[in-house]
Parts: sequence; structure tokens; C-alpha cells
Amino acid sequence: MTILNAYAGNYELEFERPLIALERQIADLEHQHLGGPAANSGAGGASGVGITNGGGVSGVDFRSDIRSLRQSHTAMLKKIYAKLSPWNTVMVGRHPGRPQTIDYIRAIVKDFAELHGDRHQGDDQAIITGFGRIGPHKCLVVGHHKGKDTKEKIAANFGCAHPEGYRKAMRTMKLAEKYNLPVVTLIDTPGAYPGIAAEERGQAEAIAVNLREMSRLKTPIVSVVIGEGGSGGALGIGVADRLAMLQYAWFSVISPEGCAAILWKTANPETNAAAAENLKLTANDNLKLGTIDNMIEEPLGGAHRNPTAAADYLEKYLIQTLRELKRFKVENLVNKRYERLRKIGELGEG
Amino acid sequence: MADEPVKSTTHTQPPAQNQADRSWLGMKQEENGKTQGVPEGLWKRCPNCEAMLYAKQVQQNLHVCPDCDYHYRIHAEDRIEQLCDPGSFEPMWADLSPRDTLGFQDRIPYKQRLENEQTKTGHQDAVQCGRAFIKGRGVVLAAMDSRFMMASMGCVVGEKITRAIELGTESGRPVIIVSASGGARMQESALSLMQMAKTSAALARLDEQGGLFVSVLTDPTTGGVTASFAMLGDVILAEREALIGFAGPRVIANTVRQELPDGFQRAEFLRDKGFVDRVVHRHDLRSEISRVIDYAGK
Repeated sequence: MTILNAYAGNYELEFERPLIALERQIADLEHQHLGGPAANSGAGGASGVGITNGGGVSGVDFRSDIRSLRQSHTAMLKKIYAKLSPWNTVMVGRHPGRPQTIDYIRAIVKDFAELHGDRHQGDDQAIITGFGRIGPHKCLVVGHHKGKDTKEKIAANFGCAHPEGYRKAMRTMKLAEKYNLPVVTLIDTPGAYPGIAAEERGQAEAIAVNLREMSRLKTPIVSVVIGEGGSGGALGIGVADRLAMLQYAWFSVISPEGCAAILWKTANPETNAAAAENLKLTANDNLKLGTIDNMIEEPLGGAHRNPTAAADYLEKYLIQTLRELKRFKVENLVNKRYERLRKIGELGEG
Repeated sequence: MADEPVKSTTHTQPPAQNQADRSWLGMKQEENGKTQGVPEGLWKRCPNCEAMLYAKQVQQNLHVCPDCDYHYRIHAEDRIEQLCDPGSFEPMWADLSPRDTLGFQDRIPYKQRLENEQTKTGHQDAVQCGRAFIKGRGVVLAAMDSRFMMASMGCVVGEKITRAIELGTESGRPVIIVSASGGARMQESALSLMQMAKTSAALARLDEQGGLFVSVLTDPTTGGVTASFAMLGDVILAEREALIGFAGPRVIANTVRQELPDGFQRAEFLRDKGFVDRVVHRHDLRSEISRVIDYAGK
């Protein structure tokens, strides 16, 4: 498995500021202690650096200071992440350093062979599809692509797919069905793209067809919301035998900002937070609602702090779930998939 | 109310009005405008051509402006009356009621919103379903009602639509869904979202049984309803000039920051782009549906 780097950019989440300050202190001390090259002062700089020898350039031993700072750092991390508000969860789910589909593909999919295009319109950069191996399982991987740098982000519309993206996903999923390959989808989108061309080319129809066809695809499907699970754009590749969420991902019918703008008439930090609270969009809430089947734990402090561990947890979940699903006869699997969807909904009588 | 069969009406089309009639209507209104004590709702202004119209006449004209053919948004009851053979509609699952599972509270708590809407409409939620006959052809009919929270799809709408589709699958009756919706219901969050998958999955089963689904799109059909069952009709009919889309026009305008093309997201636009089979005048909807059933029904 490829080692992924922890995020070292400049983006800071408001509620993580005290943590980041502490991380910088630790890095500084380590720098003085070891006398090494410029310390990594980013959000993940404190993790994974071993203390090897005593007495750095200054000749002062900082080991016990570093150790105690690390302890308070861990304690603070635990405390902050144990009580993460829904709105802050959304912030973590969108963190620019959070691993994306492409990172997970690089980390856990062996021999990835990307497949391009919907054979009608073009090749939407906002959805990646391709054959690959996860553990012992040959499969088809489909995932939203947000883009790693500005150029990629613009090309991928920040992970907002056009109809041709959904149609590419369906075309390749039909291939998977034909060749008995299970399908793994990684969901990470604020929503399907709301634009003129998207409407002209049938955004609604493309998503609707995916919902119908995924519900009867004769091969196992596992979907995981890895970051943002925004509405129909997420569900368009999310009808599955098992739908899971990473611990700090969000999944909802609308983004908190969209909801705030409509129901609170204005989107500001306060109404966004209220909307996030009300939408019950965290992994825990979705588990309670029965809209997802599993939650996959993230490393302490979120996937952006330790992408390698996050990929490791995801890989374990996928390998185990694929093994489980492959045991079913495909007809039974499709029936169970229907029953799973069929029972979602809270109703009263009269 | 929800349990009562909808009263039948005749389906004779009102005679086309001549020009003299209309000018008389306009004049009369001018006089009325100065007179006090005119019963409210007796006259209505057409939002399109601004003609003053005698409300009863508009109703007899299936809620279409006799001047400019503007199609008013109509209640589910009116839709059912207009489409079904007199007295043939048997409502089903009318008791299913929404629940505030999330405890959703924005400016108005969801519970309160629901109570208000239920009192206003006399219905539990935004869709009415049942067995019916259209020109003698047995169908399962679902009609959405945009009066009720813009006919947004929560669990009740999703469940009733799914049951209607399943009934069609089991009975072999064609399924007719008249959509009008602002999309998935925010107050039920991911539960609403999953109704999109549920209804679409039910349609996969109908399809496998060779069943017929005629989707009728009316003003407005947007969001999660368009992106699920509404766009999955074997045949898709749309009322003229109905707004149909995935994202709302305002959201799109804000995203792309340019003017939207003329007629964008209207029924005719979708037909021209290849996503709607036929754009239909409300007067012809009954016969158009019957004709499709004759060609494609079992």
C-alpha cells in the first residue's frame, strides 16, 4: 500500500486552531531537538515523527517536553473530535487535505485501468471509473473526482458531475455486470452540477436511470460516502447492497447552505450550522435513520490527519464486505437490495 | 376528506369562447373593480395574459385560460376529476401520514408546517393515489398536489408512489403518475433522498413485468422527483409550458451567472432536447393517456 502524505497545506479549520498551534510548537521543539531540516509546520506535522536521539543542536534535551505536548495534543484531538458539531463535521468532510477518490485508488486499488467516456457526449472529469483490484477482489471502481489542484478542480467542476458522468458510470457498471465484477463506488460530491448544459443534456434523466439500473444490476455493489454526499448527485452512484459512510463524511438531501438559503431565507454561519444540525447528516445520524448500513471509523482527528490509516480502514471494509456479498446468489442479492430500499421511510397511519 | 371518493364531473369541453365574450368579461371586471361587495374568487386574473376571467368558466375549461391557454396549477382532486371516468377513482392509502422523525425545526417547526398544510388541504400529504378508470381503461393513478409543501417528496409520497407502482406491477394495470413537485423534502433529509432510489427501484420491477408507466409532468416538476420516477416513464407526457428540471432556474442562474435561454426548462424545451415524448394540452390529456394505453398497455 502506498503511503499517503498527511495534509501540509495552509487551510485551517476554525475549531482546529488550538490543535494546529500545538502541532507547530511540537514541530518547533523537534526541530530544535533534532537540529534537522525545517520542521513541517502543517496540520499533520506532529504525527509520525520519531524521536531518535537526545541532545540536538542546542544541546538541550526536549524529549520530555515534546512527550507531554504530544500527550496534550492527543487529548485535545480526542476532546474536539468527540464532540464535533454537525456543521464542523461538514467542514472536515470538505477539508482540502481530505483524501479523495483518486488518493484511495492510488492507495488501495492495484493495477487500476481507467475507463473513459460515456460513448455519447464526452468524458466527465467529475467521475472516475476503471477496473482494478482491491485485496483479492477484481472489481470496477467508480468515484467522484473533486480535483487535487486548481486546474483539476475546474476541469472536474469541483466534483459536480454532468449527465455524461452519470452515464459513464452506468456504462461501466453494465460492463461490470457483464463480466461478473463487483462494483465499488466512492461518493464525494456537493451535488450534481446545476448548469445550462447539464439541464439540456438531461441531468435528471441521467440520475434517474442510474437509480433504476443500479437497483437491478446483477452484481454486488458497495458504496461509501468518503467526504460529501450531496443529494441526487451522490445517490446517482449510490444505490447499493451496502451503503457506508466514513466517520466524518456527510450525507443529506441538500447541502446545509442550500437548506439554510431556502428554509432560513439566508445562508450565514449561524443558519448553516442550524441547517446542518437539523438535516441529521452525520454518519451517526444516518445510521440511526437507517439510511446507511455501516460507518467506517477514521483515524483520530480525521482522514486528513492520517490519510494512510484512513485508506487502510477503507480497504479493510471493502475487502470484507465484498467477500460477504460475493457469497450471495446474484438473484437473492438483487432481491435483498430491493428490500433494503423498500423499507426505508418513517410513516404514521392517520 | 382523504378517504372519500372524489366526486365525478362531466368531461364535456366548454365551447370555445368568441372574442366578443372575452371583451365582455374584461369590461365587466372593470365595472366590478369599482363596485364593492363582489364575492371573492368570482373573478381571477390570468397570470400570463392578465385577462380578467370568470372563475367558474376557468374551472369548466379545466383550469386553462380561455384567452391564452395558460395552464393553472391545479389540486390533486381537480386533476383526478379531470382525468378519471366519473366516480371511478377509489382512493388508496389515504391514511398514511408523515412523521417528524428528525425533529426538524427551522423558522417554523416541521410538525407545525405539516399541521398547517393538512388543515389547508384536508389531506395527510402531497399525493393522492388509487385505482381508477380513464375512458374505460383500468389504471393505477397517482396525482401530486403542489398545494401541500410544494408537493415535496418525503417518506409518505415515496411510499405511496412505490405502492402505486407495485400495485401496477402485480395487477398489470398501467401506472399513471401526474407529477408536480419542488423536489425531495428537506425536512426528512436522507430519508427523503432514499425515496428517490425506492421509487426508481420499484419502476425497475414494473419494467421487468412488462408493465406500462406513463409519466405526466406538470408545472412545476423539479429536483428529486424529476431525478427519479418522473423521468423514468415508458412514455413521458408534459403539460404545455410546464417548468421541468433538475436544478431550479434561480440556482442555475446563480451558478452560471449568465442569462438563461428563452423557454429554458419548459416542457417544449425538454421535448426539443429529447427528454419528453409529447407536449400535451390539458384538454387532450385524457385521450392522450388512453391512446398510449391502447398501444402499450397489456
